[in-house]
Amino acid sequence: MATRTVYRRGSPILEGLRYRGREGMLAWLLHRTTGLGVLLFLALHIVDIFTLGFGPGVFDELLIIYHAWWGRILTVFLLFGLLFHAVNGARIIIQDFWPKTWPYERTLIRIEAAIFLPVFLWGAYRFLLPLFGH
Amino acid sequence: MNSNLNRAFVNRRGRVPRGNLELYSWIFMRISGVILLGIAVFHLFYMHFVIGVDNIDFMVVAERWANPLWRVFDFFLLLFALTHGMNGFRYVLNDYLHSPGFLVATKAVVFVAYVLLLGIGAFIIFTFTPETLTTALP
Repeated sequence: MATRTVYRRGSPILEGLRYRGREGMLAWLLHRTTGLGVLLFLALHIVDIFTLGFGPGVFDELLIIYHAWWGRILTVFLLFGLLFHAVNGARIIIQDFWPKTWPYERTLIRIEAAIFLPVFLWGAYRFLLPLFGH
Repeated sequence: MNSNLNRAFVNRRGRVPRGNLELYSWIFMRISGVILLGIAVFHLFYMHFVIGVDNIDFMVVAERWANPLWRVFDFFLLLFALTHGMNGFRYVLNDYLHSPGFLVATKAVVFVAYVLLLGIGAFIIFTFTPETLTTALP
């Protein structure tokens, strides 16, 4: 298989860093990693909600994963993952059904970033405020 | 379908896949994606900015689930998010696992995980009864 011979030549990570795919590659890479990250969180979240069945003692004890300072920091990653995957996914759907937008992918990804960044930064600020006693 | 087109769609086992499963999967990803764009982002923002993560505990969830509409909402969130996520995971496995046997085995494990997580999630959403539990506990 052609893809295999490319990988065998060296580290796929180094090859990936050398490959200059710019916005499209970055969006694709982030879509994958955020998707896997959100799925990992979802699995954890289903299990923690399942512990409701063991009563308030067990459940409230486990909620430390959301209430602790490190839990709050991890939640910022979740916010990043979910928001980016949502905004980028919307861009992908628009492009799938509207071929005239295909030549303007880079512009669309920049518009997407302009929507995503303020919402993410505002959300992250609100998520982290309690860490500073607010 | 002409033979050239057929050759382009041969899978790793050397066969042309039958049926339109991948087409339906593609359509499902778009439809569930649009739905999740609304309900998953709403869920995250609602829990953080309306209820507040620090306020969430057993009683808050019990009060919320006293309304059956929230249980239905949470069930659809679970169903769409988990199916969308596991199907996406299947795409990633298809891209990176090259040994056909290992690919099938990994997908089988992912499928079992999907059924289990969907099962325990739906079970707790629809069977949760705080009254009996809180009185039964010491």
